[in-house]
Amino acid sequence: MLDRLDRIEKDAARALIAAKDEAALQGWKTKFLGRSSELGEIFDGLRELPKEERRAVGKRVNEVKTSLESAHQARLQELHHDSMMQSLREERLDVTLPGRPIPRGRIHPANQTLRQILAIWADMGFQVYRSRDVETDEYNFGLLNMPPHHPARDMWDTFFTNEPGIVLRTHTSPGQIHVMRERAPEPVRVVLPGMCYRYEQITARAEIQFNQVEGLAVGRAITLADLKGTLINFARRFFGQGVRTRFRADHFPFTEPSAEMDIECFVCSGQGCSICKHTGWLEILGCGMVHPTVLANGGYDPEKYSGFAFGMGPERITMLKHRIEDIRHFWANDLRFLEQF
Amino acid sequence: MRVPFSWLQDFVKIDISIEEIARRLTMAGLEVEEVQYVGLPLPSGKTEGRAGGHSGPETKTTGLAWEPDKIVVGSILEVMSHPNADRLVLCRLDDGEQEHTLVTGAPNLFPFKDKGALSHPLKVAYAREGARIFDGHSTGQELTTLKRAEIRGVESYSMACSEKELGISDDHEGVILLDEDAPTGTPLVDYMGDAVFDIAVKPNTARVASILGVARELAALTGAKLKEPSYNVTSKGSPIETLVEIEIQEPELNPRFVLGYIEGIATGPSPYWMQRRLTLAGMRPINCIVDATNYVMLEIGEPLHAFDYDALASRTEGAKPKIITRLPESGESLTTLDGEQRQLDDFTVLVCDTAGPLSIAGVIGGAETEVGEQTKRVLLEGAAWDFINIRRTLSAQRIDSEASYRFSRGVHPAMADRAVRRALELMRSLTGGTVAQGLIDAYPLPPKDPVVEITPEDVQRWLGIDLKPKEMAEILRRLQFEVETKGNTVHARTPDHRLDIGEGNVGKADLMEEIARQYGYDRIPETLITDELPPLYGNPDLVLEERVRDLLVSLGLQEVITYRLTSIQREARHLPPASPRDDKPYVHLANPITSDRVVMRHSLLASVLEIVERNAHVRDRIALFEIGPVFLGSEEGALPDEVLKLVIALTGPRALPTWQDTDEGRMDFFDLKGILVELLKDLHLENIRFEPHEHPSFHPGKCARVMIADKHVGYLGEIHPLVRENYDLPETPLMAADMNLQTILAGVPERYDLAQVPTFPPVLEDLAIVVEEELRAQEVEDQIRSAGGSMLVDVRLFDLYRGDQIGAGKKSLAYALTYQAPDRTLTDEEVAKVRGRIIKHLEKKLKSKLRS
Repeated sequence: MLDRLDRIEKDAARALIAAKDEAALQGWKTKFLGRSSELGEIFDGLRELPKEERRAVGKRVNEVKTSLESAHQARLQELHHDSMMQSLREERLDVTLPGRPIPRGRIHPANQTLRQILAIWADMGFQVYRSRDVETDEYNFGLLNMPPHHPARDMWDTFFTNEPGIVLRTHTSPGQIHVMRERAPEPVRVVLPGMCYRYEQITARAEIQFNQVEGLAVGRAITLADLKGTLINFARRFFGQGVRTRFRADHFPFTEPSAEMDIECFVCSGQGCSICKHTGWLEILGCGMVHPTVLANGGYDPEKYSGFAFGMGPERITMLKHRIEDIRHFWANDLRFLEQF
Repeated sequence: MRVPFSWLQDFVKIDISIEEIARRLTMAGLEVEEVQYVGLPLPSGKTEGRAGGHSGPETKTTGLAWEPDKIVVGSILEVMSHPNADRLVLCRLDDGEQEHTLVTGAPNLFPFKDKGALSHPLKVAYAREGARIFDGHSTGQELTTLKRAEIRGVESYSMACSEKELGISDDHEGVILLDEDAPTGTPLVDYMGDAVFDIAVKPNTARVASILGVARELAALTGAKLKEPSYNVTSKGSPIETLVEIEIQEPELNPRFVLGYIEGIATGPSPYWMQRRLTLAGMRPINCIVDATNYVMLEIGEPLHAFDYDALASRTEGAKPKIITRLPESGESLTTLDGEQRQLDDFTVLVCDTAGPLSIAGVIGGAETEVGEQTKRVLLEGAAWDFINIRRTLSAQRIDSEASYRFSRGVHPAMADRAVRRALELMRSLTGGTVAQGLIDAYPLPPKDPVVEITPEDVQRWLGIDLKPKEMAEILRRLQFEVETKGNTVHARTPDHRLDIGEGNVGKADLMEEIARQYGYDRIPETLITDELPPLYGNPDLVLEERVRDLLVSLGLQEVITYRLTSIQREARHLPPASPRDDKPYVHLANPITSDRVVMRHSLLASVLEIVERNAHVRDRIALFEIGPVFLGSEEGALPDEVLKLVIALTGPRALPTWQDTDEGRMDFFDLKGILVELLKDLHLENIRFEPHEHPSFHPGKCARVMIADKHVGYLGEIHPLVRENYDLPETPLMAADMNLQTILAGVPERYDLAQVPTFPPVLEDLAIVVEEELRAQEVEDQIRSAGGSMLVDVRLFDLYRGDQIGAGKKSLAYALTYQAPDRTLTDEEVAKVRGRIIKHLEKKLKSKLRS
């Protein structure tokens, strides 16, 4: 009898390995552990065995049964695992297939740069002041120390309108007069962004309309040294802490002294290339101390007040930063251009 | 302005490198845009002893270095026929070491052919075998190396160079004929090697539009001493008063007029040294008289004008000529040197004689009294003109000249007699003529050279640096101000070569600039503003505008920025053909640069449609917006109203194409409406209504106007096919919204209340009703809400059905209703009661039927 049980255990173990799915396992269970299984028969026949044999066989039957049951449990888990692994294998993706494209929007590159510039100035306490595109000759030139026919006006190629004395602003500087007249005698710290216009052939390097950001600070103790420090801090924030700057004398009718701030060319690291016209420097902005006549026109006594002003072009800076060769891309709005920003 | 290095050296001793000169001038506001080397060795790249650590070139560098051992002064001893070619000659040349035979086709050697050994050997720029020069035959500058070759049977290995071959000019007509005293065998670079600074002259710096002016700056910047040119003239002729007289009618416009006279001249070519300097400075040599006037203009900045005295005398039939400067009489005209007959404005100042106009003062000469080959006697004019009037004349006459370039920037009247003397002496030494004694000098209005007072406090206040009166005085003295220091105050009298220093406050600022330039902008410290902070003013309009931008971007729209200039025809494309325009006047440009940009736009929609058109061949799916102004002329004011608008355009498939199953649907009216509703909700605007409307740009059945409370804020709809056909666009439906953003933003509330987040569960229920086709969904929803009361917190349409089941002329609308109370869970009875009320209300108001 004990031999029989040994055989059953061996047979069952062999058959269990052959059960490759849950249905076969169920069949195995019925065959080896079911009511009418051989083991069941032995179990049922225990009572009929002699007492001394019954004890040994009984123990052995239970052993075999427990062993078969745990083997079944283990095999069941194994099969579950196998089938899950199987289906996971079947669900496998080609992860190199492209992702689902999502329509998305972007801010126009000129406005992206404008926002960066304005954000830095906001950190330094310069708030935005905006004024109109179509201006009077007086605000665009006269009050900025350029009386009628003054040769300095030649620095700006101007669009005139059919209305005498009305022009398209050539710079955002008229806003300087507007804001000073509005706020005098309070101190002023503003940036003036806006679209400006120039009478020029449209080419890869020149546009008839372009954004400009000017800055203006007016107060009782503002110096050229402040202008330098403030602009260098701006340049470090915008172009990186390590940026090298240079100030050189220049001329604008509405500032005195006037200067140009250059930064070292980031394309060639100052070695000279076509972007920096082989000078190693990039012209970034014009600046200066507000001309006494302009201060007075704004309502500030130049004996008591001083100020500085500066101006830069977001499109030009964007072009330098991204090595854009043709300024016409900005208003052409080709999506293949815009979507790269 | 082009400034030859050798010329500068006439006036200032320079002991720094050419690159360092360029750098210092640039830093001081005389921006050197390029240094062109004409013989002198080019910089090896690095310059020493400079702060800042920038290792780059700083200035664009071009040109050619002449190798000292390869390019030397040669002496042509004899010019002979070429045995096998009529167009070539052979030259016997001495290069200081030995004799060579050259083969050349230079036409300016032909007059010396077969004349035997020349009594005056011709001095030329001789390039030996292996010399590197520019190729004379290629366009532009291409380097080439001289190689041994056989030309028509005669061996050639070296040559006499043209200006082009040495990089002096583009001239390749003949070989350079140097002045006779050129030392044979000397390296050419030592004899006349040079470099030219190309300087951008700013409008306020007429004083540096001359070699002397640049030398003066350089002397001040380097501390070197300035050597002024000599203004002495040897005059042995008759007194000038016997020859000419002068009358100035408008002293304000012509504060000074000086005349000098020379006779017995010959108008041959000027010597090569002078021609070369003129050429390097960018002027073409003409004859020694004209060259001398140009030379003096370039040198000291005062333009001169030479009259043929005999031509003047013949106009007055031998009587003593009288020069009159005056404004034109009506109808007067003048034929100028360029052959143009010019109509004169009432502000054009003329130089005339008793017979009529001779030249446009300070701008261009007349043809009749021009100096020519026959000229024997010259009357020389040096004058001063009001610079603003000159500039006005230039723009009216559309003319530009070297003279007017300077006069329109302001030339000090004190320069007039100096220039006349300098030029007379040059003409005399060049031609051996006789100069009349004295000058006629009418000087009715000498300028007041301002005296400006500044103190160290002014310097501290403007520049943020501490300077002692002594240091301030020293800087100004270097710039030739007459300086007197009394205590702390420096009194500086402006030197009589500049007009750019004002009086009072302005003068102070002008001196601050001079001090800063000389002190060095790079030495000014970097500080941050310590001044009182200004009061802060918010920018609600900008904040909201940027919020709208961000929201539209988050909804998947690309921002564009378009031209604000357009043409009326171009803009009319946003309306069907022959539609009436809006009645607002346009802002018209008086000087448009292209015919399609002549007015400021009225329609932002038209601008954006152009961008859709531009991208239609690039992308199927286009979703754009622009925020920008339109410019509506007003009847009263001269300035237009600048109204901020928002335009959105959508076209193409809703989803982007992908390899997976894609939503194939095209964007329609409701995609656009969804975006607008989202935008207006985000701005917390209430009482938004979309009303059916007709607008010529839109499909009559697919257009709505947007109302916020009782304000009309814009249109949206599908673009009318007739409008779409105005553009190069596919037949895909195109949606657009044209909104008045200014009005929308004006209504945005400053603050808003939040609804409570519900704590009790909602009851959800569907309601489907059948109504007449004409009934608008908005009306149904309004009625549901009004009957539902406060318990009904949301009404959402989830199905719209038309078909057999409900019969023709009807539609079924199915709504998902949400009931909720803030303070309790609603019971079924409560909800049933409200539902019953809604159904009854709809049946009564809308004649609707519940759909089972």
